[in-house]
Amino acid sequence: MSGTSTSKRPFVFTADNKVLAEAAITHYPADRSRSAVMPLLDIAQRQNRGWVSHEIVEYVAEYLDMPVIRVLEVATFYSMYNLKPVAKNFVQICRTTPCWLRGSDDLVKAFRDFAGCGIGETSTDGAFTMIEVECLGACCNSPMVQINDDYYEDLTPERFTKILRTLKEGKTPDPGPQSTRSGSEPVGGLTSLTSVGGDD
Amino acid sequence: MPKLTIDGVEVDAPDGATVLQACQLAGKEVPHFCFHERLSVAGNCRMCLVEMERAPKPIASCAMPAGEGMVITTDSDTVRQARRGVMEFLLINHPLDCPICDQGGECDLQDQAVAYGGDRTRYEENKRAVTDKSMGPLVNTVMTRCIHCTRCVRFTTEIAGVSEIGMLGRGEHAEISSYLERSLTSELSANIIDLCPVGALTSKPYAFAARPWELKKAESVDVLDAVGASIRVDARGASVLRVVPRLHENVNEEWISDKTRFACDGLRRQRLDQPYVRRGEKLEPATWDEAFGAIGERIAASDGKRIAAIAGDLCDGESMLALKDLMGKLGSPHLDCRQDGAKVDANVRASYLLNSSIAGLETADAVLLIGTDPRREAPLVNLRLRRAWLEGGAEIGVVGPARDLNYPVTALGAGTDTLTALKDGKIAFLETLKNAERPALILGMGALARSDGAAILAVAREIADLTGMISADWNGFNVLHTAAARVGGLDLGIVPGAGGKDVPSILDAATNGEMDIVYLLGADEIDMSRFGDAFVVYQGHHGDAGAHRADVILPGAAYTEKHGTYVNTEGRVQLGRPAVPPVGEAKEDWKILRALSDVLGHKLPYDTLGDVRSAMVAANPVFDEIDIVSKAEWAPFGTAGALGEAAFELPIDDFYLTDPISRASVTMAACSRELSGGTEKGTGTNG
Repeated sequence: MSGTSTSKRPFVFTADNKVLAEAAITHYPADRSRSAVMPLLDIAQRQNRGWVSHEIVEYVAEYLDMPVIRVLEVATFYSMYNLKPVAKNFVQICRTTPCWLRGSDDLVKAFRDFAGCGIGETSTDGAFTMIEVECLGACCNSPMVQINDDYYEDLTPERFTKILRTLKEGKTPDPGPQSTRSGSEPVGGLTSLTSVGGDD
Repeated sequence: MPKLTIDGVEVDAPDGATVLQACQLAGKEVPHFCFHERLSVAGNCRMCLVEMERAPKPIASCAMPAGEGMVITTDSDTVRQARRGVMEFLLINHPLDCPICDQGGECDLQDQAVAYGGDRTRYEENKRAVTDKSMGPLVNTVMTRCIHCTRCVRFTTEIAGVSEIGMLGRGEHAEISSYLERSLTSELSANIIDLCPVGALTSKPYAFAARPWELKKAESVDVLDAVGASIRVDARGASVLRVVPRLHENVNEEWISDKTRFACDGLRRQRLDQPYVRRGEKLEPATWDEAFGAIGERIAASDGKRIAAIAGDLCDGESMLALKDLMGKLGSPHLDCRQDGAKVDANVRASYLLNSSIAGLETADAVLLIGTDPRREAPLVNLRLRRAWLEGGAEIGVVGPARDLNYPVTALGAGTDTLTALKDGKIAFLETLKNAERPALILGMGALARSDGAAILAVAREIADLTGMISADWNGFNVLHTAAARVGGLDLGIVPGAGGKDVPSILDAATNGEMDIVYLLGADEIDMSRFGDAFVVYQGHHGDAGAHRADVILPGAAYTEKHGTYVNTEGRVQLGRPAVPPVGEAKEDWKILRALSDVLGHKLPYDTLGDVRSAMVAANPVFDEIDIVSKAEWAPFGTAGALGEAAFELPIDDFYLTDPISRASVTMAACSRELSGGTEKGTGTNG
């Protein structure tokens, strides 16, 4: 973990986030409120533009009355907490076997061509950070990426570049499969289970 | 009591035991790294695999509860192969740097790799490297060697009570670290050096000093606090290189405090290695005869009533008895072993002991601390209190300054008024004590070492009686001493005789010129400016406060250099043994007094250590019972009287600098600077 919070003011939950945090704490027994460390870190990460600073670790530790090292253990264990600042569009590209076979390498190249940076880097304009992740469980629609909270599936380099361009303009492209599919059904129409209650 | 069959041998394991412990009961060695009987089970090193009948694969015996009818095999081909496999994995990232590793020769991984590992590696990739972490002035880290057993994490969290180190990251990237590499703040932190099964955490002050097989080992006891932890003193040649704990379930288990472990470098600095006599303004080297002659001259010119003696905090019983006998022969009643002026009553043994015993404190369910900070005064007692809270849910109340003790306490108030209010039932904590099954109180020197100490002792006794702390099988009235010599001194009656003066009165008399000679036996914790024109004889081992004021210095032996009898705060008589000879011309302390008595014409009646010890037994039979704590009889003590208004002040501000040895220690000075926020003081070189 490096760097400190970009804000000069000490980190505190906003009023809205405080409500969310308190709600998260109520999900656990009163004497087990420390179990809420994960949701609280997530809420704090979202408030802090996508990353967890030392300040946040200390704040959450104090909030839940637990040793700061225990919070840091959780924050470093789970890959979904970012311990360094990330750009507004946080791209997680899947390069596990199914996506790789379906062309994730081309997506990385497309990203590099568009944003000018590669895996583990942030573009110079500060619009994109890309990291490599393991399987996100959307293999039926591979290759795919996750950008912030949304999945973009059935990608080709062209479709991916279009998404990146839309994001750069400040708009949010429609998530989900970018092909003609709406889910993970066969592209050429159903080949089995073609009727409801039928004989096949 | 589940019954297991282990390699064909039937074993009854205690309830709650693990398969690993059952195997050990059956006399089978099961290799392991992460398992430690005093820590929670982690089950992550996988070295303890054994075969269990009807289990499809080997089981981790440390994490498997022993069950009725289990059939375990610990030395089948499968088990051997599994261990070899685990060892191969452990060695994938462990460097093969044993020749330059401080753990070499006492390393679990090294030993077990020889016994259970393969003889070659199949791993050709690069090993991972981990940056070393800072953990303070005591613990050296070489984190590449870490095998992630997490013993250090569990010890600091569970036993020491400071959650300061953890395992960050995971898998290939897991690293042990403190938060932002801050120093550990526990007084017990260095025990993780012993716990670490590899060379990842080693001793910083002892780094590259010696190999274990070069050391001469002496089993002794610690004197730097009143707990009397069992220690092993490792020496090479004439210098003590390190102190490590010995197992003693009833005193220190297998832990020792950082001061006990690391103050030993103070034994090589600021030592008094020959007699000195003051000539004019200057202390000049002298022979023993000259020094004795100077003392003899003064004593001959004086009268017993104008001679006083004060025994210090590190004194052994033998020398204190010799001092008492000598003073008796000189006709002086002015004798005291309570440098801090503690108003303890030497007549009733129960009034000055930790009656519940150190191990017994674990079972207390409500504890009242009065003017004491056990964390700094006796970290090993504090550990028991922490366990009483952690495992027994004990409620702990504090009268006096409430410092962070590593467990939650209820701060009741600052001083005597709180104590009175508590006794009168105006504070609810009295009910807590009354309702408790095993209530206890701990009276510290912060409450006793003041002019109204005797009255406070009486109030504490009243509270003990009022809340039912004394019963047939439990005595919860406890005094926590800070000086290793104190209980031994009280047992030997090193207190003023008829018409005699105690320490504050001796100081007053000396200031007013009513005292000709003051004999300091290792006494350094008193205000040396108050001796006025008195002739001060200092017998001790360090050039500390006493030696600076002295007119004659007689060089004595430190605790690692002599046979000594010490009685710890619970009344346990223990023997210290020499690891090295005294430095220079220094001698064992009782021998100095014996030789001096001859010069003075009052020859003491003992010539051998056996003679002195017999005399000690004659003076008090407790000295015949080595390592036994006998129950002290509950009898009236304390003097009811007016209580002062001042709040209690704790006796120890800086845990790391409490006595002549730790004040001379470079390591302790570094700890004080870094951890107590103290300034380096009292190494003696700066006056």
